[in-house]
Amino acid sequence: MSAWFPQNISTYGADLDRLFVVVYYIVGAWFVAAEVLLLYLGLRYRRREGRRAAYVRGESWAQLAWVLVPAVVVLGLDLAMDSMSAPVWSRIKEQRPASGILIRGTAKQFTWAFAYSGPDGKFDTGDDRDIENELHVPAGENILIDFRSKDVIHSFFVPTLRLKQDIVPGRTTRIWFNATTPGRYEISCAELCGFGHYTMRGFLVVHDQAEYEKWRAETWSAGKAAS
Amino acid sequence: MTMYAATDGAVPHVAGSEPSSRWARCIFSTDHKVIGKQYLGIGVFMAVLGGLGAYVIRWQLAWPQTAVPGFGWVPAPLMYEGVVPPEFYAALVTLHGTIMLFFAAMPILLGAFGNFALPLMVGAPNMAFPRLSRLSVWTLAVASLILLSSFLVPGGPASAGWTSYPPLSADPLWTGVSWGIDLWLLAVALEFVSFLMSGVNFLVTAINMRAPGLTMMRLPLFVWMLLTAAVLFMLSVGPLVAGAVMLLLDRNAGTAFFDPARGGDPLLWQHLFWFFGHPEVYVILLPGFGIILEVLPVFSRKHVFGYRAIVWSTIAAGALSFVVWAHHMFVSGIDARLAVPFSITTILISVPFAVMLFSMLATLWGGSIELKTPMLFALGTIASFLVGGVTGVFLGSAAIDIFLHDTYFVIAHFHYTLFPAVILGGLSGLYYWWPKMTGRMLSERLGRLHFVATFLSFNAVFIPLFLVGMGGHHRRIYNPYQYEFLKPMQGIHELVTWAAIVLVASQALLLINVVWSLFAGGRASDNPWQANTLEWATTSPPPYGNFATPPTVYRDPYEYSVPGQEADWLPQTAPEPAGVP
Repeated sequence: MSAWFPQNISTYGADLDRLFVVVYYIVGAWFVAAEVLLLYLGLRYRRREGRRAAYVRGESWAQLAWVLVPAVVVLGLDLAMDSMSAPVWSRIKEQRPASGILIRGTAKQFTWAFAYSGPDGKFDTGDDRDIENELHVPAGENILIDFRSKDVIHSFFVPTLRLKQDIVPGRTTRIWFNATTPGRYEISCAELCGFGHYTMRGFLVVHDQAEYEKWRAETWSAGKAAS
Repeated sequence: MTMYAATDGAVPHVAGSEPSSRWARCIFSTDHKVIGKQYLGIGVFMAVLGGLGAYVIRWQLAWPQTAVPGFGWVPAPLMYEGVVPPEFYAALVTLHGTIMLFFAAMPILLGAFGNFALPLMVGAPNMAFPRLSRLSVWTLAVASLILLSSFLVPGGPASAGWTSYPPLSADPLWTGVSWGIDLWLLAVALEFVSFLMSGVNFLVTAINMRAPGLTMMRLPLFVWMLLTAAVLFMLSVGPLVAGAVMLLLDRNAGTAFFDPARGGDPLLWQHLFWFFGHPEVYVILLPGFGIILEVLPVFSRKHVFGYRAIVWSTIAAGALSFVVWAHHMFVSGIDARLAVPFSITTILISVPFAVMLFSMLATLWGGSIELKTPMLFALGTIASFLVGGVTGVFLGSAAIDIFLHDTYFVIAHFHYTLFPAVILGGLSGLYYWWPKMTGRMLSERLGRLHFVATFLSFNAVFIPLFLVGMGGHHRRIYNPYQYEFLKPMQGIHELVTWAAIVLVASQALLLINVVWSLFAGGRASDNPWQANTLEWATTSPPPYGNFATPPTVYRDPYEYSVPGQEADWLPQTAPEPAGVP
């Protein structure tokens, strides 16, 4: 079933995909059982001359057990799925690594902008670079983005990273990822942000380490300093 | 009950009086049966508009920026010779959601079936407050007109999505657009007023005007579901009305409830909206379930399995629905530590719904099932709702939701909960109560054909959308093929659009059936399905005042195939049969 997913290129994406598959088999088994039962009951107990329906009220505990026992099993599976889900959530959303490459993201109608600090490794020292609609990162490193929105709510969504986060104006939203596979991947805005919402597309460009250094060197020698 | 006592068992006293002219009765009536039909008229009219909106949306998704057949007449700047611009697309996704939930689902399930069936099912001559009923349906009509008038104002209708998140909706600068949003807020607020009045009526009527012998635990389950829905609506709508007032003030009076630059917070709206929004799902879902819980026992000639378990599960699901709202906000920027508790409460909801669904299945077990049209739609509701139920578990998991939130997976999921409840459940109710409403039978053959066409095309529309969503296809995208990774999905979108066209077109079968029934359908007997509940104990259609003699109730509503009885049904009104102590 997960064949429908886009390629996964993040360190935590495989956890999320695995969780999906586990939930898929658990609820899938219930689903198939219930549909088969529905079909069976509908066909098996079709009206026939001379046969009378059973009289069962389902009020006694003994009869209700037919319903309550499966419901308790559902409850148990619910809690099992919760306990599998919580660590995956926590890893993606609550455990941003302390160190990594810090990038400042800005969302605005209908552009993504990414600011990098210069060779001194510090922001606001005159050698920062702003890149629009392209997020360049090295593979295998923790990427930390401090995101802000200039106007409305946008949602930073990179399907291949399995990462989505709304960017709410008025606050800094801190996200992270670690991309494993060099390549060029699409970024989309997943929250309706105005008439141009559908055009708010960017690219995540994952380089290997050498390529990334080369890209930085070229960018800092060619471009002018960001304001 | 006191009403009957006062009339000494003769013609029941009914508050208010009926206009004598036939046409005046159509508008000014205070009779719950007429008001139910008025709701049905408004709800179906709006559902047709919402359905046409879906057709235009689907066309744009399959063949973007090509002329939509049949829509060449829509003037600029809404459409350009049938071609949808991005502005109109945003308006359509906003209004499709708003119309279908507030102006079709609620009017049909609560307004039409609730008003029509509830007084009959409790053995009352009318609603407790007949003129309040009239006011509530008029308010809905005004609200509908206000919503539709937004097509005519500068900037066009609201375009910030049916959830209208600020800041997009709060300032015309970002153009969720201008007047359209004010009208949208006004229309939605009036709709809430309308259903608050209905809810008061449902509660007072069912609690105070039950026939002698009709205890709460002998109420038909549809009535229980309506009462739960009315309470959920009353308890949840306040915060959203407060939010709507704040948004109106932000837009028109310069306040800053949602403007972060001046101390407001955009997320406040989302909390208020979804605190209402999730119970609202059950306000719609439960009456749909209530309908099929009436139909299942009648057409399987069997007692509902676990009446009390169903009632308590309904109440439990309703209570839980107040503590799950943040699952709509997992990736919204709320404190990440909130996600896991809300994830747990959300997934817990599967337990009461499992009890309800298993009880429905157990009701079929050992039955004598007759697959008449209402039963086909009821079974179709169960079969489809199961898809909506199990896919909710994926979204309830906060971790999986990071990927699936705001994708077509979500769209497919909630259409698989709401479409079965509203459309399949609603059609089950329509085929079931039509003979009582009109005194005429519908064609069984056309009805079955209508079911098969609707059921198959509905599934053909929404199953593929799960797959598209799993591919990472996000929502509310005017032209998906701007994205390289979405280009391969165009073929699926085309298939889905064809299925949606079949789905809309196959509703013509219902139209034909209804027209045929009204002019040439066979006369309905008082109780064509041999059902037990009180609405079948009077004529078809019932007279003004409902019952020639006030009914007395002797038992619960689902006594089918009782051992020792020759008939396989035992109406609530039948006195104790001889031989039973």
